[in-house]
Amino acid sequence: MSKKTLFDKVWDAHVVSSIKNGPQILYIDKHLIHEVTSPQAFNELEDRGIPIFRPDQIVATADHNTPTINQDQPIEDALSRNQLAQLSENCKKNNITLYELGHQYNGIVHVMAPELGVTQPGYTMVCGDSHTSTHGAFGSIAFGIGTSQVAQVFASQCLLLTKPKSLRVTVNGKLKKGVLPKDVILYIISKLGTNSGTGYFCEYAGNVFEEMSMEGRMTVCNMSIEMGARGGMIAPDETTFNYVKGRKFAPKGEDFAKKVAYWKTLPTDDGAQFDKEYHFEAEDIEPMVTYGTNPGMGIKISEKIPKDENPSFKKSLAYMNFEAGESLINKPINYVFIGSCTNSRIEDFRVAADFIKGKKKANNVTAWLVPGSKQVEAQIIEEGLKTVFDEAGFELRQPGCSACLAMNDDKIPQGEYCVSTSNRNFEGRQGQGSRTILASPLVAAATAVEGKIIDITKHLN
Amino acid sequence: MEKFTTLKSTAIPLNIENVDTDQIIPARFLKATDKKGFGDNVFRDWRYHKDGSENSEFILNNSKYSGSILVAGDNFGCGSSREHAAWAIVGYGFRVVVSSFFADIFKGNALNNGLLPVQVSESFLINLLNRIESNPNTELEINLQNQRISIVGLDISENFEIDAYKKTCMINGYDDIDYLINNKEQIEAFEAHKIY
Ligand code: SF4
Repeated sequence: MSKKTLFDKVWDAHVVSSIKNGPQILYIDKHLIHEVTSPQAFNELEDRGIPIFRPDQIVATADHNTPTINQDQPIEDALSRNQLAQLSENCKKNNITLYELGHQYNGIVHVMAPELGVTQPGYTMVCGDSHTSTHGAFGSIAFGIGTSQVAQVFASQCLLLTKPKSLRVTVNGKLKKGVLPKDVILYIISKLGTNSGTGYFCEYAGNVFEEMSMEGRMTVCNMSIEMGARGGMIAPDETTFNYVKGRKFAPKGEDFAKKVAYWKTLPTDDGAQFDKEYHFEAEDIEPMVTYGTNPGMGIKISEKIPKDENPSFKKSLAYMNFEAGESLINKPINYVFIGSCTNSRIEDFRVAADFIKGKKKANNVTAWLVPGSKQVEAQIIEEGLKTVFDEAGFELRQPGCSACLAMNDDKIPQGEYCVSTSNRNFEGRQGQGSRTILASPLVAAATAVEGKIIDITKHLN
Repeated sequence: MEKFTTLKSTAIPLNIENVDTDQIIPARFLKATDKKGFGDNVFRDWRYHKDGSENSEFILNNSKYSGSILVAGDNFGCGSSREHAAWAIVGYGFRVVVSSFFADIFKGNALNNGLLPVQVSESFLINLLNRIESNPNTELEINLQNQRISIVGLDISENFEIDAYKKTCMINGYDDIDYLINNKEQIEAFEAHKIY
């Protein structure tokens, strides 16, 4: 029998048929939707008189365009209010499960779906959002799609796709103190660049990922898209099974045991071939920050900004108001954002609270903590982390995408720097003219306390 | 979807690498629930200053350049999956984007909206950009059937790749939904025998 990768096994099990010299019809198990990329797809089907084929395989949430304060009150902005109303109406009309604003299961789509056990190993999952790659942490094939494809999945529970190539990134060794999963993925992207993964699905392998929690694995897979890959995957193991077990939509009893037996067959066979392989040593990784306007422009916090004569590189530095050769240490920072589908899970807030405990936020800093879901929010309160944050002067807001894309009112002002745990540092991403520095929740927390970027590695020893 | 066979037009040179979808259409314009009107805000924050006045330095505001072909730097369309980016480019009046590299999701979105992504070699792209920048009247011809892009009147051309299925769809103006719905029986049969 030929040797197969995790990706091959899951993909091949979902091929309905192949078009000669063309794409394949791939069956989709779970379709997640939200308010921003679904309305035009619903309209399209309605205009063409096509019914939704499998409404019970769709789960909806409102997250991108929701306020993070006063969620119990009507939304002020008329366009946003309308977008949410449309989602509710579309879901109701089509019998789709929706966890709307304020529901106990509401949250960022890539945080709430795994929490509810919607995400499971061996599945194919899609959503009209590029960070759908997050769900690959469970050993599923999960990727973002455009609105036309949302309409295709509505109509047929399938997509027409050409099988991507496979790529494996292996990281072995022992991570240093203070190096979090976010640093691992920022490091990988800084080494490989933002389009090294285009056309590929990426598997993360090695003991670093094997020893990571599910939350950490989700952070890593989340950012696969930032190196161009459609998705990332990590082989399911006991950590995965334990996480899924007992969740709302997880299989129960004997069904669960049967599933686990199947899930155990999924990891990549020894000797299976990848189209491309990269290896890194865990010991080389340090806490990371970005200095430019794409996630590949990252350095170790103790390093200096490199020199490069490329005009796009220079344009990027000019936008950030940084100079080549400069260090980011001691840069004054007025905004800190801990949130987004990359780092808004309970573990992220535990790391932040652990550092913040007994300290105070610097006076110059506005620090927003935005949980990924209502469940995370509840857990923050239950574990007493909220008290830590309140006492330190941090603002715990209500769940949603928030300042990650600044579609709602959570915007970073023109020209200001924000140390952010999100995944994109594009020009204006967090508000027109805003300047984003991507980092881990630990670096973000430390920045908020100090009012400037510090070399966190020195503070941990 | 509009059919695409050949196109002859002048082009607009956007000599910037890694143009991401947040630049093509910033998130604050994503609140609409239909596909219309995005063209007005394409490259919004490059086209206009914060006070709403036009940025005369941005290429789209330079009246020397016009046409329905956008020629852009490497790695065009990276970032978010928002199809609004493709709607915005089409809405502005472009039918073709030429670059030496396209992000996956953007490429798919473009093809689903009758916008042809033409991927050329880096040297060909540099040549194109230079020629268009120095002579705004430079005309390009895109022939989808032959998968060829050429500079009109000059012996300069290159072949480009496109998936055979997508090519048929573009030439005939079909989309994937038509195809998938016609295969419903097969899909149902698959559901009945899923192995996982
Ligand atoms: S948190 Fe940010 S990256 Fe994640 S889904 Fe929301 S907008 Fe997209």
